[in-house]
Amino acid sequence: MPKRMDIHKILVIGSGPIVIGQAAEFDYSGSQACLSLREEGYQVVLINSNPATIMTDKEIANQVYIEPITLEFVSKIIRKEIPDAILPTLGGQTGLNMAKQLADSGILDELGIELLGTKLDAIEEAEDREKFKDLMKQLHEPVPESQIATNYDEAKAFVEKIGFPVVIRPAYTLGGSGGGFVDNYHDLKKIVTLGLGLSPVTQVLVEHSIAGYKEIEFEVMRDANDNAMIVCSMENVDPVGIHTGDSIVVSPTQTLSDQDYQMMRDAALKIIRALKIEGGCNVQMAIDQYSGQYYIIEVNPRVSRSSALASKATGYPIAKMSAKIAVGLHLDEIINPITGKTLAEFEPALDYVVTKIPRWPFDKFTTADRTLGTQMKATGEVMAIGRNFEESFLKAVRSLEVDTKYVFKPQFQKLSTDELLKQLMPAQNDRLFVILELLRRHVSVNQIHDITQMNQFYLYKFQHIIEIEEQLKQNHGAKALKIAKQNGFIDDVIGKLWRKTPDQIRQIRTKQHITPVYKMVDTAAGEFESTTPYYYSTYEESDESKVTKKPSIVIVGSGPIRIGQGVEFDYATVHCVDAVQKAGYEAIIINSNPETVSTDFSISDKLYFEPLTTEDVLNVIDHEQPKGVILQFGGQTAVNLAEPLSKRGVKVIGTSVEDINRGEDRKLFDQIVKKLSLQQPKGKTATNTKNALTIANQIGYPVLIRPSYVIGGKAMEIVHSDDELQNYMQKAVNASNDHPVLIDSYLMGMESEVDVISDGHSVVIPGILEHIERSGVHSGDSMAVYPPQHMKESIQQKIVKISIELAHQLHTIGLMNIQFIVYHDQVYIIEVNPRASRTVPFISKVTGVPMVQLATHAMLGKPLEKMGYHTGLVTPAKKIAVKSPVFSFSKLPLVNATLGPEMKSTGEVLGTDNSYDKALYKAFVAAGFNVPKEGSIFFKVKPSDLDESLKLAREFKSIGFQIQADQSTADFMKQQGLQVAVKDPVNEIKHDELQVVVNTTDEYDLHTQKGQTTLNDVALEHQIPLFTAIDTVKAYETAIAGLSFSIDPM
Amino acid sequence: MERYLVLKNGSVYKGHAFGSKKAVNGEVVFSTGMTGYQETITDPSYYGQIMVFTNPLIGNYGITTGDDESLHPQVKAIIAHEIAKYPSNYRCKMTLTRYAEKQDLPGISGIDTRRLTKEIRDQGSMPGVITDDLNHENVNQLFDQKTPNKLSDMTTIENSYPAPNDGPKIAIIDYGIKNSIMKQLSKRHANMVVFQSNVSAKTVLDSYPDAVMLSNGPGDPEKMSDVLPTIQTLEHQLPLMGICFGNQLLALANGAKTYKMKFGHRGFNHAVKDLTTGKCYFTSQNHGYAVDRNSLKGTNLETWFEEINDHTVEGIKVKDCNAFSVQFHPDASPGPHDALYVFDQFFEMIKQSQKK
Repeated sequence: MPKRMDIHKILVIGSGPIVIGQAAEFDYSGSQACLSLREEGYQVVLINSNPATIMTDKEIANQVYIEPITLEFVSKIIRKEIPDAILPTLGGQTGLNMAKQLADSGILDELGIELLGTKLDAIEEAEDREKFKDLMKQLHEPVPESQIATNYDEAKAFVEKIGFPVVIRPAYTLGGSGGGFVDNYHDLKKIVTLGLGLSPVTQVLVEHSIAGYKEIEFEVMRDANDNAMIVCSMENVDPVGIHTGDSIVVSPTQTLSDQDYQMMRDAALKIIRALKIEGGCNVQMAIDQYSGQYYIIEVNPRVSRSSALASKATGYPIAKMSAKIAVGLHLDEIINPITGKTLAEFEPALDYVVTKIPRWPFDKFTTADRTLGTQMKATGEVMAIGRNFEESFLKAVRSLEVDTKYVFKPQFQKLSTDELLKQLMPAQNDRLFVILELLRRHVSVNQIHDITQMNQFYLYKFQHIIEIEEQLKQNHGAKALKIAKQNGFIDDVIGKLWRKTPDQIRQIRTKQHITPVYKMVDTAAGEFESTTPYYYSTYEESDESKVTKKPSIVIVGSGPIRIGQGVEFDYATVHCVDAVQKAGYEAIIINSNPETVSTDFSISDKLYFEPLTTEDVLNVIDHEQPKGVILQFGGQTAVNLAEPLSKRGVKVIGTSVEDINRGEDRKLFDQIVKKLSLQQPKGKTATNTKNALTIANQIGYPVLIRPSYVIGGKAMEIVHSDDELQNYMQKAVNASNDHPVLIDSYLMGMESEVDVISDGHSVVIPGILEHIERSGVHSGDSMAVYPPQHMKESIQQKIVKISIELAHQLHTIGLMNIQFIVYHDQVYIIEVNPRASRTVPFISKVTGVPMVQLATHAMLGKPLEKMGYHTGLVTPAKKIAVKSPVFSFSKLPLVNATLGPEMKSTGEVLGTDNSYDKALYKAFVAAGFNVPKEGSIFFKVKPSDLDESLKLAREFKSIGFQIQADQSTADFMKQQGLQVAVKDPVNEIKHDELQVVVNTTDEYDLHTQKGQTTLNDVALEHQIPLFTAIDTVKAYETAIAGLSFSIDPM
Repeated sequence: MERYLVLKNGSVYKGHAFGSKKAVNGEVVFSTGMTGYQETITDPSYYGQIMVFTNPLIGNYGITTGDDESLHPQVKAIIAHEIAKYPSNYRCKMTLTRYAEKQDLPGISGIDTRRLTKEIRDQGSMPGVITDDLNHENVNQLFDQKTPNKLSDMTTIENSYPAPNDGPKIAIIDYGIKNSIMKQLSKRHANMVVFQSNVSAKTVLDSYPDAVMLSNGPGDPEKMSDVLPTIQTLEHQLPLMGICFGNQLLALANGAKTYKMKFGHRGFNHAVKDLTTGKCYFTSQNHGYAVDRNSLKGTNLETWFEEINDHTVEGIKVKDCNAFSVQFHPDASPGPHDALYVFDQFFEMIKQSQKK
């Protein structure tokens, strides 16, 4: 059937801020879908609250609303726009939940708006556990025995019947939030209670555990004509028991025979047909490794994280096709964009192996519970492609950008074999390194299999890697080298085994002609000719990546999403590509993240899906011989490549490597500050503990302490005493051996930052961002407002002046981010980042200045003046914009939720309106906070916050809130004449009566014992808005006050 | 040990030897299936061919007892990027390497199969030899060796044999039948009698069957003119279904023509469209020849299925008879089960004709 002509305007719902379980993949699928609908001639209206996305660019939809994804705001937009239909299946769980809410509210019926893609009853059938089970029974598809429980007693009764182990799955939560495996009644109670609280429908599923089974996923597509197909099959290397988002995943399935594969394929197709889904869908299954009995685990009736992975793994653009199917097209009416010739009704055949490894935030959250289970904890993932498993796997390992580029970690080498064996179960995030270490010690594959249930196929592959490692130690010949390269070893590792530098290895192998070739991802295993510019490296014979005559520029992406380096850098990368193309060059991307827009092959002229190590990037550069490489937009990952690449003769476009160093190296930067007579907090560099103590005492406590060269404030702390300092030095110096530690005087002032664009002459400042929280909270975790609301004009002028001087002094070409503290009317510089920053998409969107585009053109030699921009601050926009961070604490047990100099947020939202309080309101609502007009607020504050909290408490009281506090805070407030109810923060507060919790005492300080329930835990568990910085509370109060009417007696 | 594949056009691929040590020649073809190597190796349709697997990892789940499509390997040799040293699957009986040794099947691993696939795609499938000795004379000699590709190699050695069950009686004419076809018939309780390929119509009719199945098989259908009269007689008297080679023979028997394709369809991701319903199905395909669509004009044949991309004829119906055939394998093995309904239609046809 041709596309539908009865609908013209379609509303697409985005997925909102990035949280664990719902990340950049929805920017990818959402923007693909919008473009795909526009391509078919439909008007697209988009809503998403996340400004750090490509999806919210003006070019993506006819109307873009960066507004909270709540019933209130989406309904408003619907009434304004009156769309004919809504496409909710591309915005993750958020999109589906919103569709459900809209339907329940009656607005869809009222206005005659249709849901495209997946119908409401299908969403319910797939997501409501009971209905899903019934459906599976009808289809004769096996599911593990299970029962819905709406309270603990029901759960207990069922477990008494079927026995342990069981798995608990809360209904309708992101990434399986709050679920878990349970083998005793104590844990059963704990997890069931938590799960019920998190489930919007207060339901959990209690299910017979199939932990240890092989986990298989199918990405399925279906059209309105009932044509259905499998786009991609995936096999989890980690068996059932670990969330697929936290599992190492391989595509295509490797250990299923055709008989097993087809049996499960039949089941997947049967299910998507029964649900009548029009578009993409994800089916998760388990198969018993010993009998071949399979079970259906769950179905996601929408585009998911796995479909983003599947799209990148196969080249088949699932979201794009899903959008076309949603408007009525059939699979055999759509051209497969990757071949440009064949039809979309085509099951991709792969001739390579894809490995995905999750990226966890535990390098930041060192206290977090690193155990992997049914609750996803990864913030991002990497993917790698190879012609064998070993190559694909080792490429993925080095794409992770953790403290090793290979399957070796010194900390495991130190452990005894028994200790290592104990670490296998329950699995933690670094289990793969433990397994490889065990194999290095000749622990048998079978023993590891018995403990982990991991399929021997993969364990033998790991063993093969160790064999190659051993071979390399003994044999330094060309043959051993070639085998190592074919199996994914990098020069760095070979060099260590051969006691040579990576460069020497590179020389040796270049001489032996052991260099990579690039093969194409074509969906067809070579059967059809394809022109897709999507490549991966391997060590084989024929190369398929033809270098064109057109001058090219290589753009390095930012790798996996992690705390401190999120989707905003992908935004910058994609815009850079666009500008490079407009400037007349061929734009070539290198990146390793399957979730992103930048790794969509249609974005650039050429995509190399490769790890972002010096060697892998250099190999591409050797092959392409580009005019230069752009590193400014790929976050710290790319900037860190500046020196190694430049050293090897690669032209780094934009700010020179020397100037990057002058900005990042503390000593060199101090000289500039001196030269320009600028002010910065007193500070010095220490290389050992003794040294650090002396410096701290010279400067005076409190001090801010951190290692040099940081991403997102890694291991940064405010330290108040010698004791704390000593403790910190032990941890931090371990964390980064090669680099010294910076100690600064900690000034408690207003923080501010700017991003400047410079061509070497003109310095454009699109806007000044004022942070709402005072210094001490990491800039990535601060709320911020544009334009400044509390900053004197003279200070703003000073910030502009300093920024221009710094850009000139550092010879900035491109972007630079500068952070300031305003303290006692003085402007202090905290740091400069000679690259695109996290705030670039936010500022670009609210100011309307296309920052990355301008910066890229400037880097390629076009003066800013010629583009209509002049030195100085761009006239501020009329609207007020507030950025709010979003956290994923509820998914990460034992993480300190108190904000500090270490960044903790995973995403952000934007609230804009004509007044500050309204913008704040939207920002809070978009970030998922309730903004109640009345209720109760609980205070527990540190001594230095008492005065301000009293003032705030009074204001809350005057707008209709009841005040509760812990003993010491209450004592103070009572003394000052405020009525306060005293409650024990953990045991006495009634969460159903409490609307806000303020806790500025850091309960995770060095003296707190782990394992105690804290006020923060209580708030997070019961999803009560929690504020840990007094300034955020003030902003929250401002937002509420804006909604409230005062009631004063005459 | 090093081993070579030499193509007729002179290309040489170097890899590692496994399996039998013998040097062989054969037509080099590729399959894009990502599973089912064992079914492929034992599929009689591939008799005498050298099979290239585009999936780079072959042998991951070893060799099982239940997945053979005939008694022995039918391909002449196998070419893979990598053969699993340690397979893993609950049904695995031995490694593919061990199987190749036992079955005297030569193989090469460690070659750039993507390069090879693209070469065959661009230049068409062509003869090749597999040898450990690159010596010019040796290679030429191998190329000159006659490939015995007589149908008698493939069909049953018995004149006929029964495979009894309690359903409709189906006479199978065996041109090199795959087990999966008999499994599907047997699942529907067919009481089967299998005849040699050169069976006469009279012999078939004398066994009083309810229907006839023309099996798959290897080779060029146009060299089979002597079997056509049997089909021409039977199609008018009994419900008849053909699969693969059987499809081509049914076409030839009704005046259409077949041709050799450039590199064939081998894999399972080719969708075909049922022109009577407009629905698409993924099918298991293994053919190097096809029915010429232009030659259907003026015959009593109509296209039933076609491949959606290149519009190859994938199924035909004989207008005035209870006879149809498909080019793909509705019996799958390996590959998707989407088109199993073709068997149901066959049995429905049998039921209807019995009513009459």
